[in-house]
Amino acid sequence: MKDLFSRSLQTTIIFLVVGGILALALGGYFSSASNQFTGSLVGVQTWISTRVQALQDFFTAPRDIASLRARNAELQAEVSQLQAQVIDLQQRVNETEVLRALVDFSRSNPESTYRAAAVIGRDPSPFLHYVVINRGSNDGIRRGMPVVTNQGLIGRIDAVIADAARVQLITDPASSINVHLQNADAEAVLIGSVTGDVSLDMISQDVSVEPGDLILTSGLGGGYPPDLIIGQVVSIRSLDVELFQQAVVQPSVDFTRLEIVLVITNFRPVDISPLVPTTTP
Amino acid sequence: MRNLIAFPLIALAVILQSAVVSRMTLLSGYADLMLILLSAWALQAQVRSAWHWALVAALMVGYVTRLPWLVTAAGYFVVVFIAQLLQRRIWQAPLLAMFSVTIAGTLLMHLMSYAALVFGGSPIPLGDALGFVTLPSLLLNLLFAIPMYAFMRDLAQWVYPGEEVE
Repeated sequence: MKDLFSRSLQTTIIFLVVGGILALALGGYFSSASNQFTGSLVGVQTWISTRVQALQDFFTAPRDIASLRARNAELQAEVSQLQAQVIDLQQRVNETEVLRALVDFSRSNPESTYRAAAVIGRDPSPFLHYVVINRGSNDGIRRGMPVVTNQGLIGRIDAVIADAARVQLITDPASSINVHLQNADAEAVLIGSVTGDVSLDMISQDVSVEPGDLILTSGLGGGYPPDLIIGQVVSIRSLDVELFQQAVVQPSVDFTRLEIVLVITNFRPVDISPLVPTTTP
Repeated sequence: MRNLIAFPLIALAVILQSAVVSRMTLLSGYADLMLILLSAWALQAQVRSAWHWALVAALMVGYVTRLPWLVTAAGYFVVVFIAQLLQRRIWQAPLLAMFSVTIAGTLLMHLMSYAALVFGGSPIPLGDALGFVTLPSLLLNLLFAIPMYAFMRDLAQWVYPGEEVE
Protein backbone atom coordinates (compact mmCIF):
# COMPACT_ATOMS: atom_id res chain seq x y z
CA MET A 1 0.00 0.00 0.00
CA LYS A 2 2.92 2.22 0.87
CA ASP A 3 4.68 1.30 -2.41
CA LEU A 4 1.55 2.09 -4.38
CA PHE A 5 1.33 5.51 -2.74
CA SER A 6 4.96 6.31 -3.34
CA ARG A 7 4.69 5.31 -7.06
CA SER A 8 1.60 7.47 -7.50
CA LEU A 9 3.37 10.33 -5.84
CA GLN A 10 6.42 9.78 -8.03
CA THR A 11 4.27 9.71 -11.18
CA THR A 12 2.42 12.79 -10.09
CA ILE A 13 5.64 14.61 -9.43
CA ILE A 14 7.04 13.61 -12.83
CA PHE A 15 3.87 14.77 -14.59
CA LEU A 16 3.96 18.02 -12.65
CA VAL A 17 7.62 18.59 -13.48
CA VAL A 18 7.13 17.75 -17.17
CA GLY A 19 3.93 19.76 -17.32
CA GLY A 20 5.69 22.64 -15.65
CA ILE A 21 8.58 22.45 -18.07
CA LEU A 22 6.13 22.36 -21.00
CA ALA A 23 4.20 25.26 -19.54
CA LEU A 24 7.40 27.22 -19.11
CA ALA A 25 8.52 26.31 -22.65
CA LEU A 26 5.17 27.30 -24.14
CA GLY A 27 5.35 30.47 -22.10
CA GLY A 28 8.65 31.33 -23.78
CA TYR A 29 10.84 31.04 -20.76
CA PHE A 30 13.18 28.48 -22.44
CA SER A 31 13.58 30.24 -25.77
CA SER A 32 17.25 31.14 -25.41
CA ALA A 33 18.12 27.63 -24.28
CA SER A 34 16.02 26.02 -27.02
CA ASN A 35 17.52 28.33 -29.62
CA GLN A 36 21.00 27.33 -28.61
CA PHE A 37 20.02 23.71 -28.70
CA THR A 38 18.30 23.82 -32.08
CA GLY A 39 21.05 26.03 -33.46
CA SER A 40 23.73 23.56 -32.53
CA LEU A 41 21.55 20.74 -33.84
CA VAL A 42 21.05 22.51 -37.19
CA GLY A 43 24.76 23.24 -37.35
CA VAL A 44 25.65 19.61 -36.85
CA GLN A 45 23.04 18.51 -39.37
CA THR A 46 24.27 21.05 -41.90
CA TRP A 47 27.87 19.89 -41.46
CA ILE A 48 26.86 16.25 -41.88
CA SER A 49 24.56 17.01 -44.82
CA THR A 50 27.22 19.05 -46.62
CA ARG A 51 29.78 16.30 -46.30
CA VAL A 52 27.33 13.68 -47.39
CA GLN A 53 26.31 15.81 -50.38
CA ALA A 54 29.95 16.33 -51.26
CA LEU A 55 30.60 12.63 -51.14
CA GLN A 56 27.51 11.95 -53.20
CA ASP A 57 28.59 14.51 -55.80
CA PHE A 58 32.05 13.01 -55.85
CA PHE A 59 30.70 9.58 -56.63
CA THR A 60 27.88 10.58 -58.97
CA ALA A 61 29.42 13.55 -60.86
CA PRO A 62 31.21 11.53 -63.59
CA ARG A 63 27.97 9.84 -64.49
CA ASP A 64 26.20 13.18 -64.62
CA ILE A 65 28.81 14.76 -66.93
CA ALA A 66 28.56 11.86 -69.31
CA SER A 67 24.78 12.03 -69.31
CA LEU A 68 24.88 15.81 -69.65
CA ARG A 69 27.22 15.57 -72.59
CA ALA A 70 24.95 13.05 -74.23
CA ARG A 71 21.95 15.24 -73.55
CA ASN A 72 23.82 18.27 -74.84
CA ALA A 73 24.64 16.45 -78.06
CA GLU A 74 21.00 15.43 -78.42
CA LEU A 75 19.84 18.98 -77.89
CA GLN A 76 22.40 20.35 -80.31
CA ALA A 77 21.25 17.89 -82.92
CA GLU A 78 17.68 18.89 -82.23
CA VAL A 79 18.57 22.57 -82.51
CA SER A 80 20.31 21.96 -85.83
CA GLN A 81 17.28 20.06 -87.08
CA LEU A 82 14.95 22.81 -85.94
CA GLN A 83 17.14 25.47 -87.53
CA ALA A 84 17.03 23.56 -90.81
CA GLN A 85 13.26 23.35 -90.46
CA VAL A 86 13.07 27.09 -89.79
CA ILE A 87 15.11 27.83 -92.91
CA ASP A 88 12.98 25.46 -94.95
CA LEU A 89 9.78 26.97 -93.63
CA GLN A 90 11.07 30.49 -94.18
CA GLN A 91 11.85 29.58 -97.77
CA ARG A 92 8.35 28.17 -98.15
CA VAL A 93 6.88 31.31 -96.66
CA ASN A 94 8.81 33.41 -99.16
CA GLU A 95 7.66 31.20 -102.02
CA THR A 96 4.11 31.33 -100.77
CA GLU A 97 4.22 35.11 -100.60
CA VAL A 98 5.51 35.29 -104.16
CA LEU A 99 2.88 32.82 -105.32
CA ARG A 100 0.14 34.70 -103.47
CA ALA A 101 1.18 37.91 -105.17
CA LEU A 102 1.15 36.13 -108.52
CA VAL A 103 -2.28 34.65 -107.82
CA ASP A 104 -3.57 38.09 -106.87
CA PHE A 105 -2.13 39.43 -110.08
CA SER A 106 -3.74 36.71 -112.19
CA ARG A 107 -7.09 37.26 -110.47
CA SER A 108 -6.92 40.97 -111.09
CA ASN A 109 -6.16 40.30 -114.78
CA PRO A 110 -8.67 37.58 -115.64
CA GLU A 111 -8.53 38.28 -119.37
CA SER A 112 -5.25 36.34 -119.58
CA THR A 113 -4.44 32.78 -118.70
CA TYR A 114 -1.16 32.14 -116.95
CA ARG A 115 1.31 29.36 -116.41
CA ALA A 116 3.66 29.73 -113.46
CA ALA A 117 7.30 28.78 -113.93
CA ALA A 118 10.45 28.93 -111.86
CA VAL A 119 13.60 30.63 -113.10
CA ILE A 120 16.30 27.95 -113.07
CA GLY A 121 19.16 29.57 -114.90
CA ARG A 122 20.61 32.42 -116.87
CA ASP A 123 22.43 32.64 -120.15
CA PRO A 124 26.11 31.72 -119.78
CA SER A 125 27.13 34.79 -121.80
CA PRO A 126 27.20 38.07 -119.83
CA PHE A 127 26.41 39.98 -123.03
CA LEU A 128 22.94 38.49 -123.12
CA HIS A 129 20.01 38.91 -120.74
CA TYR A 130 18.10 35.68 -120.97
CA VAL A 131 16.75 33.39 -118.28
CA VAL A 132 15.76 29.74 -118.41
CA ILE A 133 12.43 28.63 -116.91
CA ASN A 134 11.30 25.12 -116.02
CA ARG A 135 8.23 24.99 -118.27
CA GLY A 136 8.30 24.03 -121.91
CA SER A 137 6.21 22.85 -124.81
CA ASN A 138 4.83 20.00 -122.68
CA ASP A 139 3.16 22.68 -120.56
CA GLY A 140 1.75 24.60 -123.49
CA ILE A 141 4.51 27.17 -123.67
CA ARG A 142 5.14 28.55 -127.15
CA ARG A 143 7.66 30.91 -128.65
CA GLY A 144 6.70 34.57 -128.38
CA MET A 145 4.48 34.29 -125.31
CA PRO A 146 4.91 37.23 -122.90
CA VAL A 147 6.33 36.57 -119.46
CA VAL A 148 5.34 38.69 -116.47
CA THR A 149 5.46 38.86 -112.71
CA ASN A 150 2.99 40.60 -110.44
CA GLN A 151 5.24 43.66 -110.76
CA GLY A 152 5.17 43.86 -114.52
CA LEU A 153 6.56 42.64 -117.82
CA ILE A 154 9.89 40.82 -117.83
CA GLY A 155 10.16 39.55 -121.41
CA ARG A 156 8.98 36.92 -123.80
CA ILE A 157 9.68 33.32 -124.70
CA ASP A 158 12.56 33.06 -127.13
CA ALA A 159 13.08 29.32 -127.46
CA VAL A 160 11.25 26.25 -126.17
CA ILE A 161 12.13 22.63 -125.56
CA ALA A 162 9.96 19.96 -123.99
CA ASP A 163 10.46 20.87 -120.34
CA ALA A 164 12.17 24.24 -120.40
CA ALA A 165 12.13 27.54 -122.20
CA ARG A 166 14.45 30.49 -122.66
CA VAL A 167 13.09 33.96 -121.98
CA GLN A 168 14.48 37.11 -123.52
CA LEU A 169 14.34 39.81 -120.85
CA ILE A 170 13.35 43.35 -121.71
CA THR A 171 16.83 44.36 -120.50
CA ASP A 172 18.53 42.39 -123.29
CA PRO A 173 20.42 44.61 -125.74
CA ALA A 174 18.47 43.10 -128.64
CA SER A 175 15.09 43.72 -127.00
CA SER A 176 12.88 46.41 -128.49
CA ILE A 177 9.30 46.95 -127.31
CA ASN A 178 6.64 49.41 -128.41
CA VAL A 179 5.39 51.19 -125.32
CA HIS A 180 2.83 53.75 -124.34
CA LEU A 181 3.56 56.63 -121.96
CA GLN A 182 0.38 56.78 -119.94
CA ASN A 183 0.55 60.34 -118.62
CA ALA A 184 1.93 61.89 -121.78
CA ASP A 185 -0.31 59.75 -123.96
CA ALA A 186 2.53 59.13 -126.39
CA GLU A 187 4.22 56.19 -128.04
CA ALA A 188 7.88 55.25 -127.71
CA VAL A 189 10.26 52.33 -128.01
CA LEU A 190 11.81 50.65 -125.00
CA ILE A 191 15.29 49.25 -125.57
CA GLY A 192 17.59 47.21 -123.36
CA SER A 193 21.32 47.41 -122.97
CA VAL A 194 24.29 45.24 -122.15
CA THR A 195 24.44 46.73 -118.65
CA GLY A 196 20.85 45.75 -117.91
CA ASP A 197 19.52 49.30 -117.97
CA VAL A 198 16.46 50.08 -120.05
CA SER A 199 15.70 53.33 -121.79
CA LEU A 200 13.09 54.92 -123.99
CA ASP A 201 13.80 56.12 -127.47
CA MET A 202 11.77 57.52 -130.36
CA ILE A 203 9.81 59.91 -128.14
CA SER A 204 8.55 62.71 -130.27
CA GLN A 205 10.02 66.14 -129.51
CA ASP A 206 6.60 67.71 -129.09
CA VAL A 207 5.65 65.34 -126.29
CA SER A 208 6.05 66.49 -122.70
CA VAL A 209 7.46 63.65 -120.63
CA GLU A 210 7.90 63.97 -116.90
CA PRO A 211 9.85 61.83 -114.42
CA GLY A 212 7.49 59.34 -112.84
CA ASP A 213 5.42 58.80 -115.99
CA LEU A 214 4.12 55.25 -116.15
CA ILE A 215 5.23 53.09 -119.08
CA LEU A 216 2.95 50.36 -120.44
CA THR A 217 3.15 48.10 -123.44
CA SER A 218 1.25 49.59 -126.35
CA GLY A 219 0.47 46.37 -128.19
CA LEU A 220 1.71 47.85 -131.44
CA GLY A 221 3.55 45.39 -133.60
CA GLY A 222 1.71 42.45 -132.12
CA GLY A 223 4.67 41.24 -130.05
CA TYR A 224 3.11 41.95 -126.66
CA PRO A 225 -0.40 42.46 -125.35
CA PRO A 226 -1.25 46.05 -124.46
CA ASP A 227 -1.22 47.64 -120.99
CA LEU A 228 1.40 45.50 -119.28
CA ILE A 229 3.33 47.59 -116.77
CA ILE A 230 7.00 48.08 -117.53
CA GLY A 231 8.24 50.86 -115.29
CA GLN A 232 8.54 54.57 -114.77
CA VAL A 233 10.46 57.37 -116.39
CA VAL A 234 13.42 58.46 -114.29
CA SER A 235 14.97 61.22 -116.36
CA ILE A 236 14.60 62.69 -119.84
CA ARG A 237 17.25 63.67 -122.34
CA SER A 238 15.98 66.15 -124.86
CA LEU A 239 18.22 67.91 -127.35
CA ASP A 240 16.87 70.30 -129.96
CA VAL A 241 19.31 69.00 -132.55
CA GLU A 242 17.96 65.45 -132.30
CA LEU A 243 14.81 64.09 -133.87
CA PHE A 244 13.59 62.30 -130.77
CA GLN A 245 13.84 62.51 -127.01
CA GLN A 246 15.28 59.73 -124.90
CA ALA A 247 14.47 58.76 -121.34
CA VAL A 248 15.99 56.56 -118.67
CA VAL A 249 13.54 54.02 -117.26
CA GLN A 250 13.30 52.38 -113.86
CA PRO A 251 11.78 48.93 -114.51
CA SER A 252 9.08 47.85 -112.10
CA VAL A 253 10.64 44.38 -111.89
CA ASP A 254 13.85 43.65 -110.01
CA PHE A 255 15.61 41.50 -112.60
CA THR A 256 18.31 40.37 -110.19
CA ARG A 257 15.77 38.57 -108.01
CA LEU A 258 13.63 36.71 -110.51
CA GLU A 259 12.36 33.48 -108.97
CA ILE A 260 8.87 32.67 -110.18
CA VAL A 261 7.29 34.13 -113.30
CA LEU A 262 3.99 33.84 -115.16
CA VAL A 263 3.77 33.00 -118.84
CA ILE A 264 0.70 34.42 -120.56
CA THR A 265 -0.38 31.38 -122.50
CA ASN A 266 -3.42 32.74 -124.31
CA PHE A 267 -1.45 35.35 -126.22
CA ARG A 268 -0.13 34.57 -129.66
CA PRO A 269 2.29 37.12 -131.12
CA VAL A 270 1.41 38.45 -134.54
CA ASP A 271 4.05 38.13 -137.21
CA ILE A 272 3.85 41.37 -139.14
CA SER A 273 6.99 40.83 -141.16
CA PRO A 274 5.04 40.04 -144.38
CA LEU A 275 3.37 43.45 -144.03
CA VAL A 276 6.64 45.32 -143.72
CA PRO A 277 7.38 46.90 -147.11
CA THR A 278 10.59 45.75 -148.72
CA THR A 279 12.51 47.53 -151.42
CA THR A 280 12.25 45.80 -154.75
CA PRO A 281 14.75 46.39 -157.53
CA MET B 1 38.05 5.27 -120.72
CA ARG B 2 38.35 7.67 -117.82
CA ASN B 3 38.11 10.49 -120.34
CA LEU B 4 34.37 9.87 -120.32
CA ILE B 5 34.36 11.90 -117.13
CA ALA B 6 34.21 14.82 -119.56
CA PHE B 7 30.48 14.35 -120.12
CA PRO B 8 29.24 14.54 -116.52
CA LEU B 9 31.87 17.10 -115.58
CA ILE B 10 31.10 19.46 -118.44
CA ALA B 11 27.37 19.00 -117.91
CA LEU B 12 27.86 19.89 -114.25
CA ALA B 13 29.91 22.93 -115.25
CA VAL B 14 27.15 24.09 -117.61
CA ILE B 15 24.54 23.69 -114.87
CA LEU B 16 26.71 25.54 -112.34
CA GLN B 17 27.44 28.25 -114.86
CA SER B 18 23.78 28.80 -115.67
CA ALA B 19 22.32 28.40 -112.19
CA VAL B 20 25.02 29.75 -109.88
CA VAL B 21 27.93 31.55 -111.50
CA SER B 22 25.68 33.68 -113.72
CA ARG B 23 24.11 35.13 -110.60
CA MET B 24 27.46 36.11 -109.09
CA THR B 25 27.87 39.31 -111.02
CA LEU B 26 30.48 42.02 -110.82
CA LEU B 27 28.95 45.05 -112.51
CA SER B 28 27.44 43.28 -115.54
CA GLY B 29 30.10 40.63 -115.91
CA TYR B 30 30.44 37.14 -114.51
CA ALA B 31 32.91 34.31 -114.72
CA ASP B 32 33.01 31.78 -117.54
CA LEU B 33 33.42 28.47 -115.78
CA MET B 34 33.71 26.47 -118.99
CA LEU B 35 36.44 28.67 -120.39
CA ILE B 36 38.50 28.30 -117.22
CA LEU B 37 37.85 24.58 -117.08
CA LEU B 38 39.01 24.06 -120.66
CA SER B 39 42.03 26.31 -120.14
CA ALA B 40 43.12 24.41 -117.05
CA TRP B 41 42.54 21.04 -118.73
CA ALA B 42 44.41 21.92 -121.90
CA LEU B 43 47.37 23.21 -119.86
CA GLN B 44 47.99 19.79 -118.29
CA ALA B 45 50.98 18.24 -120.02
CA GLN B 46 49.65 14.68 -120.12
CA VAL B 47 46.22 15.62 -121.48
CA ARG B 48 45.58 14.64 -125.08
CA SER B 49 41.83 15.05 -125.17
CA ALA B 50 41.46 18.81 -124.80
CA TRP B 51 40.01 19.23 -128.28
CA HIS B 52 37.37 16.61 -127.57
CA TRP B 53 36.49 18.32 -124.34
CA ALA B 54 36.20 21.64 -126.16
CA LEU B 55 33.80 20.07 -128.64
CA VAL B 56 31.63 18.58 -125.89
CA ALA B 57 31.67 21.91 -124.03
CA ALA B 58 30.70 23.84 -127.14
CA LEU B 59 27.81 21.45 -127.82
CA MET B 60 26.49 21.68 -124.28
CA VAL B 61 26.93 25.42 -123.82
CA GLY B 62 25.56 26.05 -127.30
CA TYR B 63 22.41 24.24 -126.23
CA VAL B 64 21.83 26.71 -123.41
CA THR B 65 23.09 30.02 -124.67
CA ARG B 66 21.53 32.38 -127.17
CA LEU B 67 24.94 33.04 -128.70
CA PRO B 68 25.48 31.46 -132.11
CA TRP B 69 26.90 27.98 -131.69
CA LEU B 70 29.79 28.71 -134.00
CA VAL B 71 30.96 31.53 -131.77
CA THR B 72 30.94 29.30 -128.72
CA ALA B 73 32.72 26.48 -130.51
CA ALA B 74 35.30 28.75 -132.12
CA GLY B 75 35.93 30.46 -128.79
CA TYR B 76 36.58 27.23 -126.95
CA PHE B 77 38.79 25.83 -129.70
CA VAL B 78 40.82 29.03 -129.68
CA VAL B 79 41.20 28.76 -125.91
CA VAL B 80 42.46 25.20 -126.20
CA PHE B 81 44.83 26.22 -128.98
CA ILE B 82 46.28 29.06 -126.91
CA ALA B 83 46.58 26.83 -123.86
CA GLN B 84 48.46 24.14 -125.71
CA LEU B 85 50.66 26.73 -127.33
CA LEU B 86 51.54 28.29 -123.98
CA GLN B 87 51.88 24.95 -122.26
CA ARG B 88 54.84 24.16 -124.50
CA ARG B 89 56.35 27.65 -124.15
CA ILE B 90 56.09 28.38 -120.44
CA TRP B 91 55.66 24.92 -118.97
CA GLN B 92 57.89 25.78 -116.02
CA ALA B 93 55.39 28.32 -114.64
CA PRO B 94 51.97 26.67 -114.90
CA LEU B 95 50.13 29.35 -112.98
CA LEU B 96 51.57 32.04 -115.20
CA ALA B 97 50.41 30.02 -118.17
CA MET B 98 46.97 29.62 -116.61
CA PHE B 99 46.64 33.34 -116.04
CA SER B 100 47.86 34.08 -119.56
CA VAL B 101 45.39 31.67 -121.12
CA THR B 102 42.58 33.02 -118.97
CA ILE B 103 43.30 36.61 -119.97
CA ALA B 104 43.77 35.85 -123.65
CA GLY B 105 40.84 33.43 -123.76
CA THR B 106 38.44 35.81 -122.03
CA LEU B 107 39.37 38.72 -124.27
CA LEU B 108 39.08 36.64 -127.44
CA MET B 109 35.84 34.99 -126.36
CA HIS B 110 34.28 38.34 -125.53
CA LEU B 111 35.57 39.88 -128.72
CA MET B 112 33.95 37.12 -130.75
CA SER B 113 30.71 37.35 -128.76
CA TYR B 114 30.63 41.11 -129.17
CA ALA B 115 31.27 40.91 -132.89
CA ALA B 116 28.60 38.25 -133.36
CA LEU B 117 26.00 40.25 -131.45
CA VAL B 118 26.79 43.56 -133.12
CA PHE B 119 26.66 41.98 -136.57
CA GLY B 120 23.46 40.28 -135.48
CA GLY B 121 21.83 43.64 -134.84
CA SER B 122 22.28 44.24 -131.12
CA PRO B 123 23.45 47.80 -130.55
CA ILE B 124 26.12 47.34 -127.86
CA PRO B 125 28.48 50.26 -127.20
CA LEU B 126 32.08 49.06 -127.14
CA GLY B 127 32.89 51.11 -124.04
CA ASP B 128 30.03 49.57 -122.07
CA ALA B 129 30.97 46.09 -123.23
CA LEU B 130 34.57 46.56 -122.20
CA GLY B 131 34.02 48.41 -118.93
CA PHE B 132 30.92 46.72 -117.59
CA VAL B 133 31.22 43.21 -118.96
CA THR B 134 34.65 42.18 -120.19
CA LEU B 135 36.93 43.59 -117.51
CA PRO B 136 34.77 42.46 -114.55
CA SER B 137 34.40 39.04 -116.17
CA LEU B 138 38.17 38.88 -116.66
CA LEU B 139 38.75 39.65 -112.99
CA LEU B 140 36.31 36.95 -111.89
CA ASN B 141 37.86 34.46 -114.31
CA LEU B 142 41.27 35.13 -112.81
CA LEU B 143 39.87 34.54 -109.34
CA PHE B 144 38.49 31.18 -110.39
CA ALA B 145 41.62 30.23 -112.33
CA ILE B 146 43.81 29.03 -109.44
CA PRO B 147 41.37 26.60 -107.78
CA MET B 148 40.26 25.34 -111.18
CA TYR B 149 43.86 24.69 -112.21
CA ALA B 150 44.50 22.71 -109.03
CA PHE B 151 41.34 20.68 -109.53
CA MET B 152 42.08 19.92 -113.16
CA ARG B 153 45.67 18.96 -112.37
CA ASP B 154 44.41 16.35 -109.90
CA LEU B 155 41.80 15.22 -112.40
CA ALA B 156 44.44 14.86 -115.12
CA GLN B 157 46.51 12.63 -112.82
CA TRP B 158 43.43 10.48 -112.26
CA VAL B 159 42.51 10.29 -115.95
CA TYR B 160 46.09 9.62 -117.06
CA PRO B 161 47.55 7.57 -114.20
CA GLY B 162 51.21 6.61 -114.28
CA GLU B 163 52.20 9.03 -117.00
CA GLU B 164 55.27 11.01 -116.16
CA VAL B 165 54.94 14.74 -116.51
CA GLU B 166 58.10 16.47 -117.65
